[in-house]
Amino acid sequence: MRSIASSSVCRQEFTLNSLDTFTDEEQLLRESVQRFAAEVVGPKVREMDEKEKMDPEIIKGLFEQGLMGIETSADHGGAESSFTAAIIAIEELAKVDPSVSVMCDVHNTLVNTVLRKYGSKEQCDKWLPQLATEKLGSFCLSEPASGSDAFALQTRAKKEGNEWVVNGSKMWITNSAEAEIFLIFANIDPSKGYKGITCFIATKDMGIEIAKKEEKLGIRASSTCTLNFDDLRIPEENVIGGEGKGYKIAIEILNEGRIGIAAQMLGLAQGAFDKAVPYTYQRQQFGQPVGTFQGMAFQIAEAAVQLQSARLLTYNAARRKEEGKSFTQEAAMAKYLASVVAQKVSGSAIEWAGGVGFTRETGIEKYWRDSKIGAIYEGTSNIQLQTIAKFIQKQYS
Amino acid sequence: MRPSAVRLLNILVPVKRAVDYAVKIRVNPQQTGIDLNVKHSMNPFDEIAVEEAVRLRERMKDAVKSIKVVTIGPAKSAETLRTALAMGADGGIHVEIPESAPAPEPLGVAKTLRAIVEREKEKANVDIVILGKQAIDDDMGQTGQMLAGLLNWPQATYASKVVIDEANRVAHVTREIDGGAEEVKCKLPVIITTDLRLNEPRYASLPNIMKAKKKPIEKLSPSDLGVDLTPILETLKVTEPPKRVGGGKVENVDELITKLKEAGIEAVKS
Repeated sequence: MRSIASSSVCRQEFTLNSLDTFTDEEQLLRESVQRFAAEVVGPKVREMDEKEKMDPEIIKGLFEQGLMGIETSADHGGAESSFTAAIIAIEELAKVDPSVSVMCDVHNTLVNTVLRKYGSKEQCDKWLPQLATEKLGSFCLSEPASGSDAFALQTRAKKEGNEWVVNGSKMWITNSAEAEIFLIFANIDPSKGYKGITCFIATKDMGIEIAKKEEKLGIRASSTCTLNFDDLRIPEENVIGGEGKGYKIAIEILNEGRIGIAAQMLGLAQGAFDKAVPYTYQRQQFGQPVGTFQGMAFQIAEAAVQLQSARLLTYNAARRKEEGKSFTQEAAMAKYLASVVAQKVSGSAIEWAGGVGFTRETGIEKYWRDSKIGAIYEGTSNIQLQTIAKFIQKQYS
Repeated sequence: MRPSAVRLLNILVPVKRAVDYAVKIRVNPQQTGIDLNVKHSMNPFDEIAVEEAVRLRERMKDAVKSIKVVTIGPAKSAETLRTALAMGADGGIHVEIPESAPAPEPLGVAKTLRAIVEREKEKANVDIVILGKQAIDDDMGQTGQMLAGLLNWPQATYASKVVIDEANRVAHVTREIDGGAEEVKCKLPVIITTDLRLNEPRYASLPNIMKAKKKPIEKLSPSDLGVDLTPILETLKVTEPPKRVGGGKVENVDELITKLKEAGIEAVKS
């Protein structure tokens, strides 16, 4: 249940506000996460990237700051805040470390939201408090043979008595090395095609095997693993939203998740920009700061325009969702553009900083490596464009 | 005879919205002050003060009845109160002055705080006022001491440790002094000013930010308190410190002494 008091709709019902208007709480949250990110996450970013491992202290810190149950109700131990608040937290974390950001994003916008929207009262009472206070969640949809074609998934679930027995594999699963709670999509009746896909909630100790951890180009501290289910037994009360409802849950939730990734990419781009640009006003060549040469100044200005565009697309999509308006197209546009901007701005940031930008020490090149995934996960750029094109075709033909 | 009930403690924490510590400050062209069109946040020493009040409550539990924060400033200063509420204060008082009004001076602030303490007496006596030792924009470092003088209360400044013995109504404070540390014992009510090592302030967690929304902020004007904030100080000139010039390396002590003499530094005659 969304808290009415924090809803921007109620406050701004009869006034029109510019797209970068935030409530006092949202502003306070932004500042608080900014400081937490700079002071607690910042010093560990490089080490986590080089070691390809998330520091458990950071996961703990996120829970302590109340950032792992942002929209969850206070009754369930959450902060009972808005979707935009979650977007803000994801953006601010990404400015410092996109790996930490995506961990927070998946946990909030995918795992928590699935439970809040489709879970029964008993399931919410049982799982949301754990997810808000101590246990990391993971969303398991993709498989070796099904990425964009998500509903061609092969993982099967067979009913035996009062348990579902799950067999199959998942691949590319974020948070999986540290997670304890898993949302698993499996087909209970392949003869029904995608209508057999069902969402299950399971815990690691039920027998989930965390197999190969991918060695990646970017967001290296975010664990991406293959999961194996070998006669994994899940109690029947762990079906979320009803049998055969899995595809609907996945589609709807990934829509929202898209805005989260847009925020991550936006924060990434802004973080790279914020690191490189001040340097260009200090580094002098030919008697002046390199950032003041017109060629550089124009590049920096263009990047700023792109950042602002991505920002407005992202926050407007978030507000539309809060207002109950349709937001599928806007979310696709935001995610698509933000990932493009992230690549471009982080790439430019390296060049602006010259040789120094190319070394791992300053952390600028990391943003560029991290940005590549933006065009791939939670719906590839081609899928986003397809979604947008479908809307246009519907409208114009 | 029944022992008298231990009176619960009321803590007042004044906070100031000051230029953020990370900002690269610039002197304005008129040399009358610094460019204020920059990021502002709660004065870091005041954050430490709020944090200490919250920690006192965490340590002493029900013995602390209320933590109130107060700020004097234009509308924007309310943000600082909300941050303090999100850190754990119970309620706030905003003494609002017009945007165009000159920044309050330490004596003016101290007089305002005295008026608030007197005003609070009607509901509940203030037992402890914790202030930052100084604001990082003007570095005056006077307000706490002046307030103690005006109220005729004991003061323990530059605190690096605070222990309150509520049963005996005494504060044990370790103070940072040039020679090291000094321990003082003061009767309540007391003024304490915070130094850097007292604590490390918490980040306002999201659940606390949301809870802070419901906490009350009382709005007052200086005239409500019978205080005149007209400045009594006139700033003549503000300039940047002289740019550092490079030093030089010396080979040995004799060369060092020669160089020092050349620079006009004489040996101290014993």
